[in-house]
Amino acid sequence: MLAKVTSTEPEISRRSYLGWLIGLCTAGVGAVLSVPLIRFALYPLRMQTTEVKWSDAGPLSHFVSLAIPLRRSIQVEQVDGWRETVSEKVVYVTQTPDHQLQVLSAVCPHLGCSVQWSDAKQEFICPCHAASFGADGTKLSGPSPRAMDSLESRIENGRLLVRYRYFRQLVPTKEVIG
Amino acid sequence: MSSTNQVSNRSYPEPPRRLNEMLRWFDQRTGLNALMREALDEPIPGGARFAYVFGSALLFIFISQVITGVFLALYYVPSADHAHTTVAYITKTVTAGSFLRSIHAYGSSTMVILLLLHVTQTFLYGSYKGRRELLWLSGCVLFALVLCMAFTGYLLPWDQKAYFATAVGTNIAGEVPLIGGWLKSLLRGGTDMGTLTISRFFVAHVLLAPAAIFAFVALHVYLFRKAGAAGPISEDLVTPRQPAEPFYPRQVIIDGMFALGIIFILALISHFIPFELGPKANPADTRYLPRPEWYYIPIFQWLKYWPGSLSFLGVVVIPGVIAFLFASLPFLDRRMERRPWKRPIAVGTYTFIFLALFGLGYTSYRSDHRDPGYAAQLLAQQKETEEFMRKPFEPVAEPSPAAIIAAASNPLVKEGSQIYQAQSCQACHGEGGVGSAAGPKLTGAQERWTAEQLSALLRSPSTQMTAGGMTPLDLKPEEMRALVAYLQSL
Repeated sequence: MLAKVTSTEPEISRRSYLGWLIGLCTAGVGAVLSVPLIRFALYPLRMQTTEVKWSDAGPLSHFVSLAIPLRRSIQVEQVDGWRETVSEKVVYVTQTPDHQLQVLSAVCPHLGCSVQWSDAKQEFICPCHAASFGADGTKLSGPSPRAMDSLESRIENGRLLVRYRYFRQLVPTKEVIG
Repeated sequence: MSSTNQVSNRSYPEPPRRLNEMLRWFDQRTGLNALMREALDEPIPGGARFAYVFGSALLFIFISQVITGVFLALYYVPSADHAHTTVAYITKTVTAGSFLRSIHAYGSSTMVILLLLHVTQTFLYGSYKGRRELLWLSGCVLFALVLCMAFTGYLLPWDQKAYFATAVGTNIAGEVPLIGGWLKSLLRGGTDMGTLTISRFFVAHVLLAPAAIFAFVALHVYLFRKAGAAGPISEDLVTPRQPAEPFYPRQVIIDGMFALGIIFILALISHFIPFELGPKANPADTRYLPRPEWYYIPIFQWLKYWPGSLSFLGVVVIPGVIAFLFASLPFLDRRMERRPWKRPIAVGTYTFIFLALFGLGYTSYRSDHRDPGYAAQLLAQQKETEEFMRKPFEPVAEPSPAAIIAAASNPLVKEGSQIYQAQSCQACHGEGGVGSAAGPKLTGAQERWTAEQLSALLRSPSTQMTAGGMTPLDLKPEEMRALVAYLQSL
C-alpha cells in the first residue's frame, strides 16, 4: 500500500548483493571484536567483585566455657571492586546447648537496632522495641519475627573466624542481603 | 562531470519487496539514501588504489580508540591515589582488561604511524595543491590533536614512566619565553605534578581533544569532498580528466581489508605482548630515567643539544618554525607540479626532516645502550616493571577505624603518631600510613615485622627502601619504641 502511494518517490537502489556481502562481513567482524568488549563490561556481573572476607574474632582460648555471651568487635574487611574497606562490627560469641561455638550478629532482626546482653535478666534485649532473645539467640518475646541471626564461622589455627553478613529485617526467615 | 554521471547511472539489483518498503519508509524520513549515495559515489579520478587507504584507516583506528577508551573509563578513576590502582585492576583482574588496554595503548602508536603515512602520501602525491590549503590546515590541526591525545593519554596510568615522561614534557612548556612558568602551571594544575595534573590531562584526553577531533574530522572530510579526490600524480588537481571510479565498491573493499589487517595485527600484538604497567609513580625516585614513547624520542634527543640559555631556541623557536613552515606548505608551494622528482626542494626538505628524526631516534637509542650506567638503570626499570606485572592485584586499603581509635587511646601510640608527623613520614607514606604516590603503605606492618625488625629497618633501611627515597631515622630509643607502636597499630 505504502508502495503505491509513494510510487513517485525514487526507487531504493544501490543495494547490490556485494553491498549485502560487505555488510554481512562487517557485522561478523564487528561481532567478533565486540566479544572482549562485552566480557570486559560484564566482568562485575560474572565475577564476585564485592566480597566480605573472614574476620578474626580472637583466639579460641577466649571462648572456653562461656557462661554468658561474649561481646566482640570484629574488623570486617570488604572488597569493593579495586578497593578494600575495613569497618568495625559487633558480634556475640555464644555456645549452643551442645557446646558448639556460635557467633550472633548484634543487629536486631526486627528493625536493625543493636541488641545488648543484659547480665541482670540473662537475656539479649533490643533497646528499641524490647525484643528479647535467649543466650543462644532464640526468640523469647517482643516484635522480632525470628531468632537473632547466626553468622558463618570456622576455626583456623586456633582462632575463631567469622564472615559478617547483613540479613533482611522483618521477615521470619534469615535472608542474606549483603 | 561526465565521470559523475557515469557513476550514478549504474543499476543495482532490487532487495526483497517487504524490506524495500521498510527502507523506503525510513528513507523518506531521513534522506539516508541520498546521503549514502553522496558518500559511496564519491568519484576517484584514475580509480581506486591502495595508496589512498591511510585516511580512512586513521578514522577507523580513531573510532577503535573511542570505543576502547569508553570501555576503559568504566573502571578508571582519574586521581593520583586511585589512577594506578584502577589501571592495575583493569590490567590484572578484569576479563579482557589487559587486551583492551593494549589495543588502546598500541592503537595510539598505530595512529601516529598511519598519520605519518597519510601525510607522506599526501605530500609525495602533491595532493595538498590546487585549492586545498584549508584541507591541509585542517589536517595539520588533526595532526596536533592526535599528538596531544598521545601525550595526555600517556600520563593517565600514573606509573613511573608515565609520571617522569610527563614531568619532562610539561617542563618543556616552561621554556616558552614570558609565559613559560605560567603555562607549565596551567598544564600541571600547580607547580608540581599531582592529582590535579591527572584531572587536567584526563579532561583533555577524554573530553576536549576527542570533541575537537570529531569536529575537525568532519571539517576535513567536508573540505576533501569539496575539493575532490586528487587522484594519481598524473591527474590535474582542479579539473580532473581521468575516468573516475566511485568510492564504492572497490575503494571501500580495499579500505576495509586494510582496516581489518590493522585490527588483526593489533589484536595479535595485544594478545601476545600485552602493554605493560610499571610500578606506581614515585616522585622521590631520583634515579629514574624518563623515556617518552618512541614517537617522541627524536624530540627528546633533540632537546639534549640545547642546554641553558640556548634551550629556548632549540625547544621553542626551531620546532615552532618547522611546524609553521609545514602548516603553510600549500601557501608556499603554489606550483601545480605533482611529480615528486620535479619538486626537489620540497621533497628534499621532507626527506631531510624524516632522516633527521630517524637519526635523532637512533642516536638516543645508541647513547642509552652505550653508557653502562644508563643501560643498567634502564634494564633495572624494565625489571621493576616486569616484577610489578607478575604480582597479583592488590586492592587499595583504607585505614581501619580501629587503628584510628587505638591511636587515640594508647598514649604510646599517640606519641608515635606525633613522631610520625614530626618526621614527615606522612609526606610519603600518607596520613595513617595508607601509602601515597611517593611511598608504600605501612598498614599491616604488624603482620610482616616484629617490633625489633621494624626499629632495625627504620634505623638502617634496606637498599630497596633507600632506592625509594627512605632516609634512616635517628631517634632516641623511647621515641623509636613509640613510633614502632604506632606503626604496629596501623
